[in-house]
Amino acid sequence: MEDRQELNRNLAQMLKGGVIMDVTTPEQAKIAEQAGACAVMALERIPADIRAAGGVSRMSDPAMIKGIQAAVSIPVMAKCRIGHIAEARILEAIEIDYIDESEVLSPADDVRHIDKNKFNVPFVCGARDLGEALRRIGEGATMIRTKGEPGTGDVVQAVRHMRKMQSEIRRVVSLRDDELYEAAKELAAPLDLVKYVHENGRLPVVNFAAGGVATPADAALMMELGAEGVFVGSGIFKSGDPAKRASAIVQAVTNWQDSKLLAKLSENLGPAMVGINADEIETIMEERGK
Amino acid sequence: MRVGVLSVQGAFAEMAAYWRARGADVFEIRQRSDLDRGMDVLALPGGESTVQGKLLGELGLFDPLKAKIEGGLTVFATCAGLILLAEKIDDPGRSDDTRPERWFGVLPVAVRRNAYGRQLGSFRTVGTFDGKSNVPMTFIRAPAITAILSPEVEVLSEFNGQPTAVRWRNITAFTWHPELGPA
Repeated sequence: MEDRQELNRNLAQMLKGGVIMDVTTPEQAKIAEQAGACAVMALERIPADIRAAGGVSRMSDPAMIKGIQAAVSIPVMAKCRIGHIAEARILEAIEIDYIDESEVLSPADDVRHIDKNKFNVPFVCGARDLGEALRRIGEGATMIRTKGEPGTGDVVQAVRHMRKMQSEIRRVVSLRDDELYEAAKELAAPLDLVKYVHENGRLPVVNFAAGGVATPADAALMMELGAEGVFVGSGIFKSGDPAKRASAIVQAVTNWQDSKLLAKLSENLGPAMVGINADEIETIMEERGK
Repeated sequence: MRVGVLSVQGAFAEMAAYWRARGADVFEIRQRSDLDRGMDVLALPGGESTVQGKLLGELGLFDPLKAKIEGGLTVFATCAGLILLAEKIDDPGRSDDTRPERWFGVLPVAVRRNAYGRQLGSFRTVGTFDGKSNVPMTFIRAPAITAILSPEVEVLSEFNGQPTAVRWRNITAFTWHPELGPA
Protein backbone atom coordinates (compact mmCIF):
# COMPACT_ATOMS: atom_id res chain seq x y z
CA MET A 1 0.00 0.00 0.00
CA GLU A 2 2.90 2.34 0.72
CA ASP A 3 4.06 1.83 -2.84
CA ARG A 4 0.59 2.78 -4.11
CA GLN A 5 0.72 5.97 -2.03
CA GLU A 6 4.07 6.84 -3.54
CA LEU A 7 2.90 6.09 -7.10
CA ASN A 8 -0.17 8.23 -6.51
CA ARG A 9 1.95 11.10 -5.19
CA ASN A 10 4.11 10.65 -8.30
CA LEU A 11 1.13 11.11 -10.63
CA ALA A 12 0.36 14.43 -8.95
CA GLN A 13 4.00 15.42 -9.57
CA MET A 14 3.42 14.84 -13.28
CA LEU A 15 0.47 17.26 -13.20
CA LYS A 16 2.47 20.14 -11.72
CA GLY A 17 2.70 23.40 -13.60
CA GLY A 18 -0.58 22.45 -15.22
CA VAL A 19 -4.25 23.34 -15.27
CA ILE A 20 -7.02 20.88 -14.39
CA MET A 21 -10.34 21.87 -15.93
CA ASP A 22 -13.94 20.99 -15.03
CA VAL A 23 -15.82 19.51 -17.99
CA THR A 24 -19.36 18.18 -18.32
CA THR A 25 -19.29 16.55 -21.78
CA PRO A 26 -16.80 14.69 -24.03
CA GLU A 27 -16.84 17.74 -26.33
CA GLN A 28 -15.78 20.04 -23.50
CA ALA A 29 -13.13 17.51 -22.49
CA LYS A 30 -11.67 17.63 -26.00
CA ILE A 31 -11.67 21.44 -25.97
CA ALA A 32 -9.89 21.34 -22.61
CA GLU A 33 -7.29 18.81 -23.78
CA GLN A 34 -6.60 20.76 -26.96
CA ALA A 35 -6.29 23.97 -24.94
CA GLY A 36 -3.55 22.30 -22.87
CA ALA A 37 -5.32 20.98 -19.74
CA CYS A 38 -3.07 18.50 -17.90
CA ALA A 39 -6.18 16.67 -16.62
CA VAL A 40 -9.93 17.09 -16.64
CA MET A 41 -12.48 16.82 -13.85
CA ALA A 42 -15.57 15.06 -15.17
CA LEU A 43 -18.77 16.23 -13.52
CA GLU A 44 -22.42 16.58 -14.49
CA ARG A 45 -22.71 20.17 -13.37
CA ILE A 46 -19.98 22.68 -12.80
CA PRO A 47 -19.94 24.32 -9.35
CA ALA A 48 -21.67 27.51 -10.51
CA ASP A 49 -24.63 25.44 -11.74
CA ILE A 50 -24.62 23.25 -8.63
CA ARG A 51 -24.89 26.47 -6.65
CA ALA A 52 -27.73 27.73 -8.85
CA ALA A 53 -29.64 24.43 -8.79
CA GLY A 54 -29.42 23.85 -5.03
CA GLY A 55 -30.62 20.51 -3.63
CA VAL A 56 -28.39 17.48 -3.10
CA SER A 57 -25.40 17.19 -5.36
CA ARG A 58 -23.92 13.71 -5.88
CA MET A 59 -21.29 11.75 -7.79
CA SER A 60 -21.75 11.98 -11.57
CA ASP A 61 -23.24 9.17 -13.69
CA PRO A 62 -20.44 6.65 -14.42
CA ALA A 63 -21.59 6.43 -18.06
CA MET A 64 -20.98 10.16 -18.45
CA ILE A 65 -17.52 9.82 -16.85
CA LYS A 66 -16.65 6.89 -19.14
CA GLY A 67 -17.62 8.98 -22.16
CA ILE A 68 -15.06 11.55 -21.09
CA GLN A 69 -12.42 8.88 -20.38
CA ALA A 70 -12.85 7.64 -23.95
CA ALA A 71 -12.57 11.12 -25.46
CA VAL A 72 -9.18 12.21 -24.11
CA SER A 73 -5.69 10.84 -23.39
CA ILE A 74 -4.96 13.03 -20.34
CA PRO A 75 -5.89 11.87 -16.80
CA VAL A 76 -9.58 12.02 -15.88
CA MET A 77 -10.65 12.91 -12.35
CA ALA A 78 -14.13 12.79 -10.80
CA LYS A 79 -15.71 13.90 -7.55
CA CYS A 80 -17.28 11.87 -4.78
CA ARG A 81 -19.07 13.27 -1.74
CA ILE A 82 -17.07 13.76 1.45
CA GLY A 83 -17.22 10.50 3.42
CA HIS A 84 -19.04 8.57 0.68
CA ILE A 85 -17.01 5.34 0.64
CA ALA A 86 -19.34 3.65 -1.86
CA GLU A 87 -19.17 6.46 -4.41
CA ALA A 88 -15.37 6.33 -4.15
CA ARG A 89 -15.41 2.55 -4.72
CA ILE A 90 -17.57 3.04 -7.81
CA LEU A 91 -15.13 5.61 -9.19
CA GLU A 92 -12.24 3.24 -8.45
CA ALA A 93 -14.10 0.46 -10.28
CA ILE A 94 -14.29 2.54 -13.46
CA GLU A 95 -10.53 3.21 -13.13
CA ILE A 96 -10.71 6.92 -12.61
CA ASP A 97 -7.20 8.44 -12.46
CA TYR A 98 -7.90 10.63 -9.40
CA ILE A 99 -10.87 11.00 -7.05
CA ASP A 100 -11.66 14.45 -5.66
CA GLU A 101 -13.36 13.95 -2.29
CA SER A 102 -15.02 17.27 -2.69
CA GLU A 103 -16.90 19.87 -0.69
CA VAL A 104 -18.52 20.98 -3.97
CA LEU A 105 -20.88 18.01 -3.64
CA SER A 106 -23.22 17.61 -0.67
CA PRO A 107 -21.30 15.86 2.14
CA ALA A 108 -22.40 12.26 2.85
CA ASP A 109 -20.73 12.29 6.27
CA ASP A 110 -20.64 15.55 8.18
CA VAL A 111 -17.80 14.47 10.49
CA ARG A 112 -15.53 11.91 8.86
CA HIS A 113 -13.70 11.77 5.57
CA ILE A 114 -12.98 8.56 3.66
CA ASP A 115 -10.03 6.43 4.85
CA LYS A 116 -8.22 6.92 1.58
CA ASN A 117 -5.33 4.69 2.64
CA LYS A 118 -7.68 1.77 1.94
CA PHE A 119 -7.87 2.57 -1.76
CA ASN A 120 -5.51 1.92 -4.65
CA VAL A 121 -6.82 4.90 -6.62
CA PRO A 122 -5.43 8.34 -5.67
CA PHE A 123 -7.38 11.10 -3.94
CA VAL A 124 -7.12 14.87 -3.98
CA CYS A 125 -8.81 16.82 -1.16
CA GLY A 126 -9.50 20.47 -0.42
CA ALA A 127 -7.96 22.30 2.53
CA ARG A 128 -8.14 25.81 3.97
CA ASP A 129 -5.10 25.62 6.17
CA LEU A 130 -2.13 23.45 7.06
CA GLY A 131 -3.91 21.38 9.71
CA GLU A 132 -6.71 20.46 7.34
CA ALA A 133 -4.21 19.57 4.59
CA LEU A 134 -2.19 17.32 6.92
CA ARG A 135 -5.34 15.61 8.25
CA ARG A 136 -6.34 14.75 4.68
CA ILE A 137 -2.82 13.51 3.87
CA GLY A 138 -2.92 11.39 7.03
CA GLU A 139 -6.14 9.81 5.71
CA GLY A 140 -4.33 9.02 2.46
CA ALA A 141 -4.84 12.01 0.14
CA THR A 142 -1.90 12.18 -2.27
CA MET A 143 -2.64 15.66 -3.58
CA ILE A 144 -4.06 18.78 -1.91
CA ARG A 145 -5.85 21.80 -3.33
CA THR A 146 -7.07 24.91 -1.61
CA LYS A 147 -10.82 24.93 -1.21
CA GLY A 148 -11.42 28.49 -2.26
CA GLU A 149 -15.12 29.12 -2.73
CA PRO A 150 -16.16 27.08 -5.79
CA GLY A 151 -18.51 28.36 -8.45
CA THR A 152 -18.15 32.01 -7.53
CA GLY A 153 -15.46 33.30 -9.88
CA ASP A 154 -14.21 35.16 -6.80
CA VAL A 155 -10.60 34.26 -6.02
CA VAL A 156 -10.54 35.81 -2.53
CA GLN A 157 -11.01 32.56 -0.59
CA ALA A 158 -8.41 30.66 -2.60
CA VAL A 159 -5.95 33.46 -1.84
CA ARG A 160 -6.88 33.38 1.85
CA HIS A 161 -6.43 29.59 2.03
CA MET A 162 -3.14 29.50 0.11
CA ARG A 163 -1.66 32.38 2.12
CA LYS A 164 -2.71 30.79 5.39
CA MET A 165 -1.27 27.41 4.44
CA GLN A 166 2.04 28.89 3.30
CA SER A 167 2.45 31.10 6.36
CA GLU A 168 1.68 28.16 8.66
CA ILE A 169 4.29 26.09 6.79
CA ARG A 170 6.85 28.86 7.35
CA ARG A 171 5.94 28.96 11.02
CA VAL A 172 6.35 25.17 11.45
CA VAL A 173 9.74 25.37 9.73
CA SER A 174 10.86 28.02 12.25
CA LEU A 175 9.98 25.97 15.35
CA ARG A 176 12.44 24.14 17.58
CA ASP A 177 12.20 20.33 17.40
CA ASP A 178 10.71 20.15 20.90
CA GLU A 179 7.94 22.57 19.92
CA LEU A 180 6.59 20.31 17.16
CA TYR A 181 4.47 18.20 19.55
CA GLU A 182 2.48 21.21 20.66
CA ALA A 183 2.26 22.39 17.04
CA ALA A 184 0.78 19.03 16.02
CA LYS A 185 -1.78 19.41 18.80
CA GLU A 186 -2.70 22.95 17.74
CA LEU A 187 -2.94 21.99 14.09
CA ALA A 188 -4.83 18.79 15.01
CA ALA A 189 -2.53 17.03 12.57
CA PRO A 190 -0.42 13.84 12.67
CA LEU A 191 2.98 14.46 14.27
CA ASP A 192 5.02 12.67 11.59
CA LEU A 193 3.53 14.94 8.93
CA VAL A 194 4.21 18.07 11.02
CA LYS A 195 7.82 16.86 11.29
CA TYR A 196 7.96 16.40 7.53
CA VAL A 197 6.83 19.99 6.99
CA HIS A 198 9.35 21.20 9.58
CA GLU A 199 12.21 19.45 7.76
CA ASN A 200 11.18 20.08 4.16
CA GLY A 201 9.34 23.41 4.24
CA ARG A 202 6.50 22.04 2.13
CA LEU A 203 3.62 19.58 2.15
CA PRO A 204 4.62 15.98 1.45
CA VAL A 205 2.29 16.04 -1.58
CA VAL A 206 1.63 18.38 -4.49
CA ASN A 207 -0.47 21.44 -3.64
CA PHE A 208 -2.74 23.09 -6.25
CA ALA A 209 -4.99 26.13 -6.03
CA ALA A 210 -8.74 25.81 -6.61
CA GLY A 211 -11.97 27.70 -6.15
CA GLY A 212 -12.77 30.95 -7.92
CA VAL A 213 -9.95 31.10 -10.50
CA ALA A 214 -11.43 32.83 -13.57
CA THR A 215 -8.66 34.68 -15.44
CA PRO A 216 -5.01 34.20 -16.48
CA ALA A 217 -4.14 36.83 -13.86
CA ASP A 218 -5.97 34.83 -11.15
CA ALA A 219 -3.96 31.76 -12.12
CA ALA A 220 -0.68 33.70 -12.08
CA LEU A 221 -1.59 35.14 -8.66
CA MET A 222 -2.08 31.67 -7.22
CA MET A 223 1.26 30.50 -8.64
CA GLU A 224 2.92 33.57 -7.10
CA LEU A 225 1.46 32.55 -3.72
CA GLY A 226 2.97 29.08 -3.93
CA ALA A 227 0.48 26.92 -5.83
CA GLU A 228 2.05 24.19 -7.97
CA GLY A 229 -0.78 24.29 -10.50
CA VAL A 230 -4.46 25.30 -10.64
CA PHE A 231 -7.91 23.83 -10.95
CA VAL A 232 -10.32 25.91 -12.99
CA GLY A 233 -13.93 24.96 -12.47
CA SER A 234 -16.70 27.19 -13.65
CA GLY A 235 -14.25 29.83 -14.91
CA ILE A 236 -13.75 28.32 -18.36
CA PHE A 237 -17.03 26.94 -19.65
CA LYS A 238 -19.02 29.77 -18.04
CA SER A 239 -17.03 32.33 -20.03
CA GLY A 240 -17.52 33.80 -23.49
CA ASP A 241 -14.72 31.99 -25.35
CA PRO A 242 -13.79 28.83 -23.40
CA ALA A 243 -11.05 27.53 -25.77
CA LYS A 244 -9.21 30.83 -25.84
CA ARG A 245 -9.52 31.45 -22.10
CA ALA A 246 -8.44 27.90 -21.29
CA SER A 247 -5.36 28.18 -23.47
CA ALA A 248 -4.48 31.58 -21.96
CA ILE A 249 -4.75 30.23 -18.40
CA VAL A 250 -2.50 27.28 -19.31
CA GLN A 251 0.21 29.61 -20.61
CA ALA A 252 -0.22 31.93 -17.62
CA VAL A 253 0.52 29.05 -15.23
CA THR A 254 3.77 28.19 -17.07
CA ASN A 255 4.96 31.78 -17.35
CA TRP A 256 3.37 33.41 -14.30
CA GLN A 257 6.50 35.49 -13.74
CA ASP A 258 6.42 37.12 -17.20
CA SER A 259 4.14 40.16 -16.89
CA LYS A 260 4.44 41.14 -20.55
CA LEU A 261 3.26 37.73 -21.65
CA LEU A 262 0.45 37.83 -19.04
CA ALA A 263 -0.69 41.17 -20.46
CA LYS A 264 -0.86 39.67 -23.92
CA LEU A 265 -2.65 36.56 -22.66
CA SER A 266 -5.25 38.71 -20.90
CA GLU A 267 -6.21 40.56 -24.08
CA ASN A 268 -9.53 40.01 -25.87
CA LEU A 269 -10.63 36.95 -23.95
CA GLY A 270 -14.29 37.96 -24.15
CA PRO A 271 -16.47 38.09 -21.06
CA ALA A 272 -15.24 36.23 -17.97
CA MET A 273 -17.80 34.29 -15.94
CA VAL A 274 -20.08 36.83 -14.32
CA GLY A 275 -19.28 35.59 -10.86
CA ILE A 276 -20.87 36.04 -7.49
CA ASN A 277 -19.24 37.94 -4.70
CA ALA A 278 -18.14 35.33 -2.17
CA ASP A 279 -19.67 37.44 0.63
CA GLU A 280 -23.11 37.39 -0.97
CA ILE A 281 -23.66 33.66 -1.24
CA GLU A 282 -25.80 31.49 0.99
CA THR A 283 -24.14 28.10 0.57
CA ILE A 284 -20.60 28.18 1.97
CA MET A 285 -18.99 25.09 0.46
CA GLU A 286 -15.62 25.64 2.11
CA GLU A 287 -17.21 24.97 5.52
CA ARG A 288 -17.95 21.37 4.49
CA GLY A 289 -15.53 18.82 5.96
CA LYS A 290 -12.79 20.04 8.28
CA MET B 1 28.03 20.76 -16.81
CA ARG B 2 25.04 22.94 -17.68
CA VAL B 3 21.62 21.30 -17.95
CA GLY B 4 18.56 23.04 -19.35
CA VAL B 5 15.34 21.46 -18.00
CA LEU B 6 12.23 22.01 -20.11
CA SER B 7 9.93 23.53 -17.48
CA VAL B 8 6.67 24.28 -19.28
CA GLN B 9 4.68 21.61 -17.39
CA GLY B 10 5.23 18.43 -15.38
CA ALA B 11 7.88 17.06 -13.04
CA PHE B 12 10.52 19.61 -13.97
CA ALA B 13 11.45 20.33 -10.34
CA GLU B 14 12.21 16.62 -9.80
CA MET B 15 14.27 16.54 -13.00
CA ALA B 16 16.22 19.63 -11.88
CA ALA B 17 16.89 18.02 -8.47
CA TYR B 18 18.09 14.82 -10.19
CA TRP B 19 20.71 16.78 -12.15
CA ARG B 20 21.71 19.02 -9.23
CA ALA B 21 22.35 15.87 -7.17
CA ARG B 22 24.81 14.91 -9.91
CA GLY B 23 26.65 18.21 -9.65
CA ALA B 24 25.13 19.93 -12.67
CA ASP B 25 24.42 23.62 -13.01
CA VAL B 26 20.68 23.59 -13.80
CA PHE B 27 18.38 26.20 -15.34
CA GLU B 28 14.72 26.16 -16.38
CA ILE B 29 13.56 26.57 -19.95
CA ARG B 30 10.18 28.31 -20.04
CA GLN B 31 10.54 30.58 -23.04
CA ARG B 32 12.70 31.24 -26.05
CA SER B 33 15.05 33.72 -24.36
CA ASP B 34 16.06 30.98 -21.88
CA LEU B 35 17.78 29.14 -24.73
CA ASP B 36 20.37 31.92 -25.05
CA ARG B 37 22.07 30.65 -21.90
CA GLY B 38 23.60 27.64 -23.61
CA MET B 39 23.59 24.07 -22.29
CA ASP B 40 25.47 20.79 -22.45
CA VAL B 41 22.36 18.68 -21.82
CA LEU B 42 18.67 19.21 -22.58
CA ALA B 43 16.45 17.37 -20.07
CA LEU B 44 12.83 16.65 -21.04
CA PRO B 45 10.82 15.73 -17.90
CA GLY B 46 7.65 13.71 -17.32
CA GLY B 47 4.28 15.37 -17.46
CA GLU B 48 1.55 15.43 -20.07
CA SER B 49 2.92 15.24 -23.62
CA THR B 50 -0.15 16.98 -25.09
CA VAL B 51 0.34 19.97 -22.78
CA GLN B 52 4.09 20.15 -23.29
CA GLY B 53 3.78 19.78 -27.09
CA LYS B 54 1.25 22.59 -27.28
CA LEU B 55 3.24 24.94 -25.05
CA LEU B 56 6.46 24.26 -27.00
CA GLY B 57 4.69 25.63 -30.07
CA GLU B 58 2.97 28.57 -28.39
CA LEU B 59 6.08 29.73 -26.57
CA GLY B 60 8.28 29.61 -29.69
CA LEU B 61 10.47 26.84 -28.24
CA PHE B 62 9.68 24.06 -30.69
CA ASP B 63 11.78 25.01 -33.73
CA PRO B 64 14.94 26.15 -31.92
CA LEU B 65 14.90 23.08 -29.64
CA LYS B 66 14.34 20.75 -32.58
CA ALA B 67 17.29 22.34 -34.39
CA LYS B 68 19.49 21.87 -31.30
CA ILE B 69 18.44 18.22 -30.90
CA GLU B 70 19.08 17.52 -34.58
CA GLY B 71 22.38 19.38 -34.25
CA GLY B 72 23.61 16.82 -31.74
CA LEU B 73 22.81 18.38 -28.33
CA THR B 74 22.78 15.67 -25.64
CA VAL B 75 19.18 14.91 -24.65
CA PHE B 76 17.91 13.10 -21.55
CA ALA B 77 14.17 12.40 -21.68
CA THR B 78 11.66 10.61 -19.46
CA CYS B 79 8.06 9.54 -20.08
CA ALA B 80 6.35 12.52 -21.78
CA GLY B 81 9.80 13.62 -22.95
CA LEU B 82 10.25 10.28 -24.73
CA ILE B 83 6.84 10.67 -26.39
CA LEU B 84 7.83 14.11 -27.71
CA LEU B 85 11.03 12.62 -29.21
CA ALA B 86 9.56 9.47 -30.78
CA GLU B 87 9.34 9.16 -34.52
CA LYS B 88 5.94 7.44 -34.30
CA ILE B 89 3.07 7.61 -31.84
CA ASP B 90 1.28 4.30 -32.08
CA ASP B 91 -2.05 4.49 -30.20
CA PRO B 92 -4.46 1.95 -31.61
CA GLY B 93 -8.10 2.78 -30.96
CA ARG B 94 -7.45 6.35 -29.95
CA SER B 95 -8.33 9.23 -32.22
CA ASP B 96 -5.50 11.33 -33.63
CA ASP B 97 -6.85 14.53 -32.07
CA THR B 98 -5.75 13.33 -28.62
CA ARG B 99 -2.10 13.42 -29.75
CA PRO B 100 0.22 16.28 -28.92
CA GLU B 101 -0.24 19.16 -31.34
CA ARG B 102 3.39 18.65 -32.35
CA TRP B 103 6.34 16.56 -31.28
CA PHE B 104 9.98 16.38 -32.33
CA GLY B 105 9.75 12.98 -34.04
CA VAL B 106 13.50 12.44 -34.21
CA LEU B 107 14.10 9.25 -32.19
CA PRO B 108 13.58 6.13 -34.35
CA VAL B 109 11.15 4.29 -32.07
CA ALA B 110 7.37 3.93 -31.92
CA VAL B 111 5.66 4.63 -28.59
CA ARG B 112 2.22 3.79 -27.26
CA ARG B 113 0.91 6.25 -24.69
CA ASN B 114 -0.53 4.97 -21.39
CA ALA B 115 0.40 1.47 -22.52
CA TYR B 116 -0.13 0.00 -19.03
CA GLY B 117 -3.54 1.62 -18.59
CA ARG B 118 -4.75 4.36 -16.30
CA GLN B 119 -3.30 5.32 -12.91
CA LEU B 120 -4.30 1.96 -11.37
CA GLY B 121 -1.85 0.43 -13.86
CA SER B 122 1.07 2.54 -12.60
CA PHE B 123 3.72 0.40 -10.91
CA ARG B 124 7.23 0.15 -9.57
CA THR B 125 9.78 -2.55 -10.23
CA VAL B 126 13.53 -3.12 -10.15
CA GLY B 127 15.55 -4.08 -13.18
CA THR B 128 18.81 -3.86 -15.03
CA PHE B 129 19.67 -0.57 -16.65
CA ASP B 130 22.73 -0.22 -18.88
CA GLY B 131 24.42 -3.20 -17.22
CA LYS B 132 23.60 -2.02 -13.69
CA SER B 133 21.27 -4.32 -11.74
CA ASN B 134 18.66 -3.57 -9.06
CA VAL B 135 17.78 -0.15 -10.43
CA PRO B 136 14.38 1.04 -9.12
CA MET B 137 12.02 1.90 -11.97
CA THR B 138 8.81 3.87 -11.51
CA PHE B 139 6.20 3.75 -14.28
CA ILE B 140 3.46 6.42 -14.04
CA ARG B 141 0.70 6.08 -16.66
CA ALA B 142 3.74 5.14 -18.67
CA PRO B 143 4.19 4.78 -22.39
CA ALA B 144 5.74 1.66 -23.97
CA ILE B 145 8.23 1.42 -26.80
CA THR B 146 6.40 -0.83 -29.26
CA ALA B 147 8.95 -0.81 -32.07
CA ILE B 148 12.57 0.06 -32.67
CA LEU B 149 12.90 1.67 -36.09
CA SER B 150 16.69 1.71 -36.55
CA PRO B 151 19.46 -0.83 -35.87
CA GLU B 152 21.43 2.04 -34.32
CA VAL B 153 19.08 2.17 -31.32
CA GLU B 154 20.61 0.57 -28.23
CA VAL B 155 18.23 -0.90 -25.64
CA LEU B 156 19.30 0.00 -22.08
CA SER B 157 16.51 -1.62 -20.06
CA GLU B 158 13.51 -3.86 -20.63
CA PHE B 159 10.32 -4.86 -18.86
CA ASN B 160 8.46 -8.03 -19.90
CA GLY B 161 10.66 -8.25 -22.99
CA GLN B 162 9.79 -4.72 -24.14
CA PRO B 163 12.40 -1.94 -24.24
CA THR B 164 11.89 0.69 -21.52
CA ALA B 165 15.01 2.81 -22.08
CA VAL B 166 17.01 3.41 -25.24
CA ARG B 167 20.05 5.28 -26.46
CA TRP B 168 20.44 6.58 -29.99
CA ARG B 169 23.18 8.96 -31.00
CA ASN B 170 22.83 12.00 -28.70
CA ILE B 171 19.54 10.89 -27.10
CA THR B 172 18.85 8.78 -23.99
CA ALA B 173 15.15 8.22 -23.32
CA PHE B 174 13.13 6.36 -20.68
CA THR B 175 9.52 5.20 -20.38
CA TRP B 176 10.09 5.20 -16.58
CA HIS B 177 11.30 7.89 -14.19
CA PRO B 178 14.94 7.72 -13.06
CA GLU B 179 14.36 11.13 -11.44
CA LEU B 180 11.77 9.62 -9.05
CA GLY B 181 14.07 6.90 -7.77
CA PRO B 182 16.31 7.48 -4.75
CA ALA B 183 18.90 10.12 -5.67
